[in-house]
Amino acid sequence: MAKITFITTDKEAITLEASSGSVMQLAVDNDVPGIDGDCGGVCSCATCHVHVKPEHMEKTGEASEIENDMLELDDNVNEYSRLCCQLEVSDALDGLELQVAERD
Amino acid sequence: MKKSKLSDPFKKARLEKGFGEMNDQNDPVTMLLRLKDVRKGAHNWKTFQSGATPGRIVVPSEVAIRSIRQIPFEVDPPEHKSYRDLVEPWFKRPLEEAYMQQLNKQISAIVDEVLAMDSVEVVSDFSLRLQSRALTLLLNTPYEEAETWISWGTHVFRSEGEALDGDKANILYDYIDTQIEKAIKAPGDDLYSMLLASEVNGKKLTKEEIKGVMILTFAGGRDTVINAVTNSIAYFAEHPESLQRIKNEPEITSKAVEELIRYFAPLTHMGRVATKDTQVCEHAIKADSRISLCWASANRDASVFENPNDIVLDRKLNPHVSFGFGTHNCLGATHARQLMRILVETLANKVKSIDIIDFKENIENLDQFERKVGYDAINVTFNGY
Repeated sequence: MAKITFITTDKEAITLEASSGSVMQLAVDNDVPGIDGDCGGVCSCATCHVHVKPEHMEKTGEASEIENDMLELDDNVNEYSRLCCQLEVSDALDGLELQVAERD
Repeated sequence: MKKSKLSDPFKKARLEKGFGEMNDQNDPVTMLLRLKDVRKGAHNWKTFQSGATPGRIVVPSEVAIRSIRQIPFEVDPPEHKSYRDLVEPWFKRPLEEAYMQQLNKQISAIVDEVLAMDSVEVVSDFSLRLQSRALTLLLNTPYEEAETWISWGTHVFRSEGEALDGDKANILYDYIDTQIEKAIKAPGDDLYSMLLASEVNGKKLTKEEIKGVMILTFAGGRDTVINAVTNSIAYFAEHPESLQRIKNEPEITSKAVEELIRYFAPLTHMGRVATKDTQVCEHAIKADSRISLCWASANRDASVFENPNDIVLDRKLNPHVSFGFGTHNCLGATHARQLMRILVETLANKVKSIDIIDFKENIENLDQFERKVGYDAINVTFNGY
């Protein structure tokens, strides 16, 4: 079981728990504002953009090249950006804090 | 296994040069063929604008048959954002439970209908009807309106000969005018009424602006949805094991739909007009000339997609651009995705196999390339359990 906290663009903290599935799906299933996951999690729509809390970067690991290619054209990208459809829920993510990115 | 195949006519040009060239009514188009270039071009709206003369970013150009600007499609930032923000929540309604249930009911009904028939011509008697009925949900208009739209045939802008047809377009424009007037007299819960009641930047939308949104809604989701649905039927006809797999593993449905949409790329490309002298792939692009973002080619880019010419139903990383990319990404994508997800699941549950009887392919002529986009007609038999 992993506890994951989303900070919305309105600065609301939403903490959710899961043991499997993608972080995007967890957010969508619980109506976290700003996470749409339109494409269902195949890295095609970039509507699940989050900024990982800097000190939590080692929990999530690095984005793949395909994911980075998507992110690099997002106006709100920074070095902590991830598409959370590419984050699989596991115990390793317990305590993770994610800031929902602003939309272009 | 060849009948449902859509080949990749762009491969050689994509690898060797990265672009193709097409003449279109003496307004040539440089087609960007690589995924990264297509994405960058779509992202860079300052250099590659959509807000050109109405109809010019469409290939083939509609400048000769249309003067009304489609909104938000042919408007660039910053104005684009106000329009998009206005219509976006409406076009996200397909995510609502009640919408999905109604769509499910419609799709179940039409699949049951064709299962009871000896044979069916998919384009006219399945895809067009399904698309038109589903559009009543998107517009929130009475179900019976679909009969009018079905009677227009498969192309709103194109006549049987595929050429641009101003008369056909007028049927749609006159219809929309009438509907706007009706909604002014008796406002309801439909898209026309929502737009009539809306303001952008403190000003009511003009009739012309409302018409611009409505034309986009009708035209953008017609051929594209029809192609996606028809091609899917042809694919499942040749791949009954895929229907079986989705029946057994419904959790892959979303991935399967994204993959079908990647492979079919129902819209081959979309144009932009350069606002200054620039270049793509070391090829000069002059100010006020056209480029196109070739979604169909980008989706087969082997530098990004493994086995790009295979349909891999559970493809996990699938950064396709069938719904475009960036600012102007497809407004109707939510509706289209729900329609396709429900269709694929319904087919998997109700249909055991599909037999193709005969077919005529719809081949698009892009000068340097010829691309199959779907079918003019395809007769099949649906077999149930």
